[in-house]
Amino acid sequence: MTSPPPNTLVPAHLEADVLVIGAGGAGMYAALEAAKGGASVILADRSLIGRGGATVMAQMTVAAALGEQTPDHWEHHFADTLAAGRGLCDERLAALLCEDGPQRLREMDAWKVGWAREDGHIKQAQAPGHDRPRCAYVDFLSTGPAVSKTLRTQLNNASGIRRIGDLTIVDIALRYGEACGATALHLPTGQAVTLAAKAVVIATGGLTGLYRRNSASSNMGGDGYALALRAGAELIDMEFVQFFPIGHLAPRLVGMDPIMWDPFRYKLGGKLLNSEMREFEADYATKDARSDGTYKLTRDLATYAITKEVEAGRGSPAGGAYLSFQHVPEAEIRKAFGPVVDRLAENGIDLAQRPVEVAPIAHYHMGGIRVDEMMATGVPGLFACGEAVGGANGANRLSGNAITEAFVFGARAGRSAAERAKQNASMWSADAAKSAIDLLRSASKRDAPNPAAVIVKLQAVMADDVGPFRTDAKLRSAISAIAQLKADIGDTPFASVEAFDPVRADWLDLRNMFAVAQSVAVPALARTESRGAHQRDDHLGLNDAWSVNQIVAMADGDMTLRKVMPTTGKAAA
Amino acid sequence: MKATLSIQRGALGATPHQDTFDIPFEHGQSILDGLRAIRRSMDPSLAFRFSCINANACKECMMLIDGKVDYACTVRLKEGMTTLAPLPKKALIRDLVTEIAPPDERLMLRS
Repeated sequence: MTSPPPNTLVPAHLEADVLVIGAGGAGMYAALEAAKGGASVILADRSLIGRGGATVMAQMTVAAALGEQTPDHWEHHFADTLAAGRGLCDERLAALLCEDGPQRLREMDAWKVGWAREDGHIKQAQAPGHDRPRCAYVDFLSTGPAVSKTLRTQLNNASGIRRIGDLTIVDIALRYGEACGATALHLPTGQAVTLAAKAVVIATGGLTGLYRRNSASSNMGGDGYALALRAGAELIDMEFVQFFPIGHLAPRLVGMDPIMWDPFRYKLGGKLLNSEMREFEADYATKDARSDGTYKLTRDLATYAITKEVEAGRGSPAGGAYLSFQHVPEAEIRKAFGPVVDRLAENGIDLAQRPVEVAPIAHYHMGGIRVDEMMATGVPGLFACGEAVGGANGANRLSGNAITEAFVFGARAGRSAAERAKQNASMWSADAAKSAIDLLRSASKRDAPNPAAVIVKLQAVMADDVGPFRTDAKLRSAISAIAQLKADIGDTPFASVEAFDPVRADWLDLRNMFAVAQSVAVPALARTESRGAHQRDDHLGLNDAWSVNQIVAMADGDMTLRKVMPTTGKAAA
Repeated sequence: MKATLSIQRGALGATPHQDTFDIPFEHGQSILDGLRAIRRSMDPSLAFRFSCINANACKECMMLIDGKVDYACTVRLKEGMTTLAPLPKKALIRDLVTEIAPPDERLMLRS
């Protein structure tokens, strides 16, 4: 007996007060707080709950003014965050991050995340750009997995939260301009699913999957930004993509996160050397008033330094810099990183004997969905949190702020969404899902480019022409290349099979990735200055006239760009 | 160097078949690197789970590698034949994808 083709079935339908999209740190926190606020919650993830996204990848630092290592106050953390943001931070969001951070880290501590301790207090490491030791962590390089596991345990114990993995959100459902749910693709069956919700929270993380070399999970192609844009919300600071300066480059390292060398540097120092085996960071340190002239360049400056050394012909064989720990006694390396040393040995790496090679790698997105201090977008009923939000970190994010932001903004978005659900009846109508259902039903098997190969092409365009160092010519070339690739895949999805079809999933990803790639390249072209993570080789140096945020929006399918003054003033408590 | 991956294909309810792919590789690359290369250059419909790519953090890429349960992201490609199959004790979805999520983290739909 054959069943009817799934695309003729009536879509499955689910309802909840609050729909949270994305089950990383921010999404899990949002679901917990929304449930605490009395809401019924659906927590959906295209991967498995608490496994995908960026949180689980975090290795070490979570910044908050706990004052455990040395006396501290959230306003010091705030000052450092604003300084790193190069004048573009939304001060309300930055203040919220810094002020609520300690409370969230203590909540995680009570939930037994296992922050590293020393002499009875939480141990805090100093990271570049922070004026004092402020970063808590879980040994050894286990911060992300520990945080994810802790939040998953809380989810298991909470009531009123329905968790659904393998569910890709296609579009936010809108009625009278308000968010009333979403339409999704259930990957295991290939069926459409509609979700009614009184409030929707986007917690999908960043966009680093747009780049060839990145430290992201496979699902970090920026889908939340595209969902928000198409729903009518605004994006802010999209030109600011953070490149992590010392991503692992060579030898091939498997079973470990490519950004793992930062914790090694926090604990052991470590020297960045060029092909002449000479330390070069000091050559670039004078460019930044906040650098103390040792190795502590902030991420944007370290990326700049390594790239310029490579351009000058002083790069390592694989095209990066050497990172050396040869000056550190072997016993000290073992004491600081225990079993990690054995995992490195399995990869043929012996830090006491030989340096490794590192190079900048796409790591985090400062830009994102524009929200107020309640995490509300301009679309009623639509909220965002975590890395999906733009503004808190301005033009450059401090090490340690990302997980803190996931906790703090996640909690705030969850609370706001529950509040909205209390005050509003469901606006759901099946019509709100019609266009997305039609899109899914239009999927066909046809002669078409391999979408997995198209993703690789797009990543090459972004890396080569919308990377850390940009020019007018490169950006124009990228914008036209993106348009061409977009035309190549057409307006209706490719499909290969019904159950767990990666072709269909890639097509839906590409639909989002093209919109997001354009939303990065267009403001990058407009910003004719160099600031933080946005460096223009044809417009060197900071220009005060550009102390503004750029806002990307979509109107009738066309992208619009405008400027606003940065938001100042502390958040209302 | 060249690796040959013999992969069990097919959805639940269909008779499984083996597809064989030859892929060039460099020393140190993982089975997951090989699977992703197959999707890019030969067969984009090949289904397997992974999320974190490299870090062995998400634990989604577990499969049967030469008859042993292991992670595709940590086992290296080797010259000659490697056989890949879905986890034997989990419900098959398609190809190398099985139902590994806890029952209360899934949506059950008839397919």
